[in-house]
Formats: sequence, C-alpha cells, structure tokens
Amino acid sequence: MATSTQLGSSAEPPPTHGSPVRPDGPGKARSKVPLMHRLDVKGAPYAFIAPFFVIFAAFSFYPLIYTAWISLHQVELSTFDVMHWQGLDNYTALVADERFWNALRNTITIGVISTVPQLLMALGLAHLLNYRMRASTFFRVAAITPYATSVGAAALVFTMLFQRDFGMINWGLGLVGVDPIDWENSTGASQTAISAIVIWRWTGYNALLYLAAMQAVPLERYEAAAIDGANRWQQFRTVTVPGIKATIVFTIVLSTIGATQLFGEPLIFGQGPNGVTGGIDNQYQTLGLLLYEEGWKNYQMGRAATVAWAMFLLLVLVFVLQRVISRLRNRTH
Amino acid sequence: MTTDTAPVRTGAAGRSAAEQPVPARRRRLRQGAGKQHHAGPLAYVLLGFTALVSLFPLYWTLVAASTDSSRISQTPPPFLPGPNLFSNLSRAWTEAAMGKAMMNSLIVAGVISLSTVLFATLAGFAFAKLRFKGRNALLMVVIGTMMVPPQLGVVPLFMMMSDLGWGQQLPSVIFPTLVSAVGVFFMRQYFAESLPDELVEAGRVDGAHSLRIFWSIVLPIARAPMAVIFMITFVHAWNDFFWPFIALDMTNPTVPVALTQLSAGYVRDQSLIMAGALLGTLPLLAMFVVFGRQIVGGIMQGAVKG
Repeated sequence: MATSTQLGSSAEPPPTHGSPVRPDGPGKARSKVPLMHRLDVKGAPYAFIAPFFVIFAAFSFYPLIYTAWISLHQVELSTFDVMHWQGLDNYTALVADERFWNALRNTITIGVISTVPQLLMALGLAHLLNYRMRASTFFRVAAITPYATSVGAAALVFTMLFQRDFGMINWGLGLVGVDPIDWENSTGASQTAISAIVIWRWTGYNALLYLAAMQAVPLERYEAAAIDGANRWQQFRTVTVPGIKATIVFTIVLSTIGATQLFGEPLIFGQGPNGVTGGIDNQYQTLGLLLYEEGWKNYQMGRAATVAWAMFLLLVLVFVLQRVISRLRNRTH
Repeated sequence: MTTDTAPVRTGAAGRSAAEQPVPARRRRLRQGAGKQHHAGPLAYVLLGFTALVSLFPLYWTLVAASTDSSRISQTPPPFLPGPNLFSNLSRAWTEAAMGKAMMNSLIVAGVISLSTVLFATLAGFAFAKLRFKGRNALLMVVIGTMMVPPQLGVVPLFMMMSDLGWGQQLPSVIFPTLVSAVGVFFMRQYFAESLPDELVEAGRVDGAHSLRIFWSIVLPIARAPMAVIFMITFVHAWNDFFWPFIALDMTNPTVPVALTQLSAGYVRDQSLIMAGALLGTLPLLAMFVVFGRQIVGGIMQGAVKG
C-alpha cells in the first residue's frame, strides 16, 4: 500500500479503502487542519471497518436473502435469467419428496454420530494435553495435523482404508475374526465411515480449543475442590467442565453448522462427481449433496435454493431447540 | 496464557505424585491440582495412540503413493514405502493436472489470506481502539455473521459470478472469502489487550492521521497475530471445498476440486490417487512442520477469547 505517503497532504481526508459507508464526503475541507482532524477521527473508523461489511453484504448476506427469493421460482441452470414465479410450490414439492426426508435423516444421523463422539473425545484429549509432560508440542501438533489435511485428501485416504476387499480396516477386523464389512453399500456402515472422516479431521482442533479454555480456569477453583476432598474425576466434572462451558457451547455451535453443511466427505466417499446421489440407494446422501444434485445435476436452481433455505431453517431450529433445552435445564437445577 | 506460578519441581517428585493418590494437603502445597499434574504412563500411552491415529492416514498416503496399485490391493496391505514415489508424483502432476491445481490453490489461498489479514487488522484496530457511533452494535453484527454459513448462498452466488463474467474463473472463489469475521474478532481482542491507548494518543498528538497511525504504529506491533491469521486462513482457503467445487470446473480447479476428479475415473489407479492427495497436502504439512507451534498457539489464543 502506498497510502502512507499521504501524511500531511491537505487535499483530502485520509485515504480510504473503497468505502461507500464513509459518511463524510471528500473534498469538503481544504487544508484546515482541525476540520481535517475531525473528519479523520469521525470517518476513519468507518472506513476501516467498511471492507468487511461491504464484502460480507455483497457475497454472503445478499446471496442468502436472494436464495429465499429464488426458492419461490422455477429457474433452470442454463437459463437462469428467466424466472417463473412458483409461490410455495418448490416447498410443497420438497416436503412431498422422499429424497428430502432421506437426506434430512442422513444429515441428522451423520451429524450426531460424528459430532457427539468427536467433542467427547476432544474433551478427553484436551485433558491429557493439559498435563505437564515431555514432547507436549509434538502431541499438540500431531493432534491438529488432520486439520491441515483437505477434505479431498482425507476422504480419499479413508475411502481406501475402508475398501471392502483390500482395505486396511477390514483387514485389521479380519485379524480379530470380524467378517469384511461393506462400508460403502450398507447404510449404517457407510454413515459410520463418513463420520470417521469428520471425527478424524476435527477432534484435535476442538481439543486445542478446550485445552486453551482449561488453561484459563483459575487454579484456586481446583484448590478449593481439592480441599473439599474432590478426587480428580470429580474435579474434572465440577471444576473443569463448568469452567470451559462457554467454549463447549462454541464448539457445539461450530460443529452443528458444519454437520448441517456436510458435503465433501460423502461426495468423495461416493467416488467423486458421480457420488452426488450419496450411494446407490442414497444411503448417505446429505442435504448438501441433495442441494448440489438438484442444482447442478438436475439443473433446477429454484429447487436447489429451496434445499438451501431448508438447511438454514434446520440450523435455526436446532439452535432454538438447544436454547429451549438449556433454559429448561437451568430451571430444573 | 496462564503462567505457571508453582515452584519448579523436579520431574521425579512430581511424577510420583501424579501417579498415586496424594493426600489433599500435599496437593494443596503443590498449588493447584488438576492442571499441574505430570502425565503418568497411561496419559503417554493414550496420547501416543492419538498421535498414531492422527498421523497414520497421512503416513499411509505416503506408502500408497510410493507403490503401485497391485501392491496396495495385496493382503496384508503394505506398511512400508515402495520405490515409485517420484514417478507417481510426477504422473499426478501432469496427468491429473495437479500442477495447475496447486498453482491455482496457491494464488487463491495467498490472495485470500493477505486480504483477510489486512482487512481484519484494519477493522480489528478500529473496533478496539477508535471511538465511533455504533461501535458495539456493529461488532455484534460481525460476530453474528459467523453464524451464517456462506454455503447457503451458493445458488445466487453462482448466478452472480456468471453475470460478472467470472464463471469458472479464480475470482469467483476469491471474492466471497476476502474477509473473515473470526479474523476481525481475533485482531480486535489482540489490540484491546496488547495495544496501549497511549501509543495511539501519542500518534494523534504528533498530528498523524488514522491511517498513518495504523501504518506506523499498529502494523509493526501486530506482526505475530497477523502471521497467525495468515496461516490459519491459508489452511482454510487451501482446503475449502463446497463453493470451489461448484464454481470451478476440471479445466481450472483448485487442489480439492482436482482431487475429486482423480477418484472419479472408471479405472481407479490407487497409487496415482494417493500421489495426488499427498501432493495436495504437502504444502500445508510443510507449513505445520515449520510453524506448528505458532499455529497451535494461534488456535488456542483465538479460543480463549472467542
């Protein structure tokens, strides 16, 4: 940026980064330092935060709202400038569509069996990482290495490890006398395998978030609990977990958002672009895959937008439900 | 970060204390149970197992990428690298267009990371140290945007990008992610804690305008957190999948998009696929090997404050 050279230039208030939000028009003040200064002090903060809001509004907020509008139309991928008003037809069609309920079921099932064990294991791992030990940096970096692996690479490796005939996991199970499992074609097994990819990638990351929060729990609380005779497990339950509650809620929110959007893992597990149906019987088609199938395989953008909006409503519903449950629990306690 | 206020203990004493139940009084003397226990053998075993599970799939990627498909499908599967690593890598580079994909990913992730760092630092500084109307409300809006998954807007986004003439072009995956709410929040927390008001005031007294203060006072002291945001954003941008998969096609893919193509063929060359996966992961792994400690620290700092 060459903008720093403008110090003392009197023609304009401080340069901005393309900031339509800026309230003070340029050129009002000519070389009057106090006015300049006032303009700067008033205007610069808005100029500094403007890029974030402009880009978010243009590429996130506006598309989200426009999705709702599109979902009320019939729009084809090839001619998407032509929109036919449909009212709520897309929604009634969606609700009548067995594939939607199947995808919703799969999304929720995979969401639960990937998120719950993931966060519980992350909690345990964080507890272990919180010990004083040798090689702690190694263990921490090892734990988040999966986070550095892209969905693509991770899903490819796991697809191979989960191969029915020569995959390493079936081979290992065979050593302990378990018959080969058809990880791709059975509903439960395929959803388990996909969850394993998610768990592998995100457990260490969540563990680091918990670890950071654990280290911020004041020592005195442990001392007090120890004086009361609490053993280590009781300390963990009565001091550690309540102490990191905010972070736990945060990770639940993040994981829930991630789970409703699940796309890459099942797509690649189903072997690439041909896998959008989520297996032969749609046994692991998620809402994300259904959205893609409607929009970019069936060329029905209106319907794809309907699925997207349904995903958003699902997310809202989950959070409302979570709020209600935590309210009720607080009341009973 | 908490500092360790307990007196330094010799390893032997501390470890034996951690292994057996200790009377409460002794524990109290050690100032704080719980966090300062030394890891016992069981903890090492469990952590070792976790590290193994975390690293094995990557190791096996290397094994599979260095052998040929017939050996991968043997029983038992190979556990040691074979001789074909470089031939497989170069095939993936050319045949599977991984070379082009890596170049594209480098451009996309590089531009996104730079702009995220710049805009997050600007906005974070404004939110932490400048006074303006609506500051708190706007900050709440920033935090609220984290709850909106950008994936939900892909249908209109796709139309927009076509209208802008960016269909299948890199700008279509760069523009939507030029800023990050997490980054803004992270920088705000950093400045609120680490940038003394006096420094900003001193700059004002000297007559510097806001951008000058930002450039000569704020940027120099914010290098470390900026580096953290850069790396974390780079990881996310490099691995981003859903939108790039929709926006780009196989003639001009990023790495994750190209990887789906590798696995989609009818004749699946397993070691070629794994070579591609390895190639696409190597840059990030290299970054983790060199800057792992900083990345871990960055994720953890963000967590405490978030």
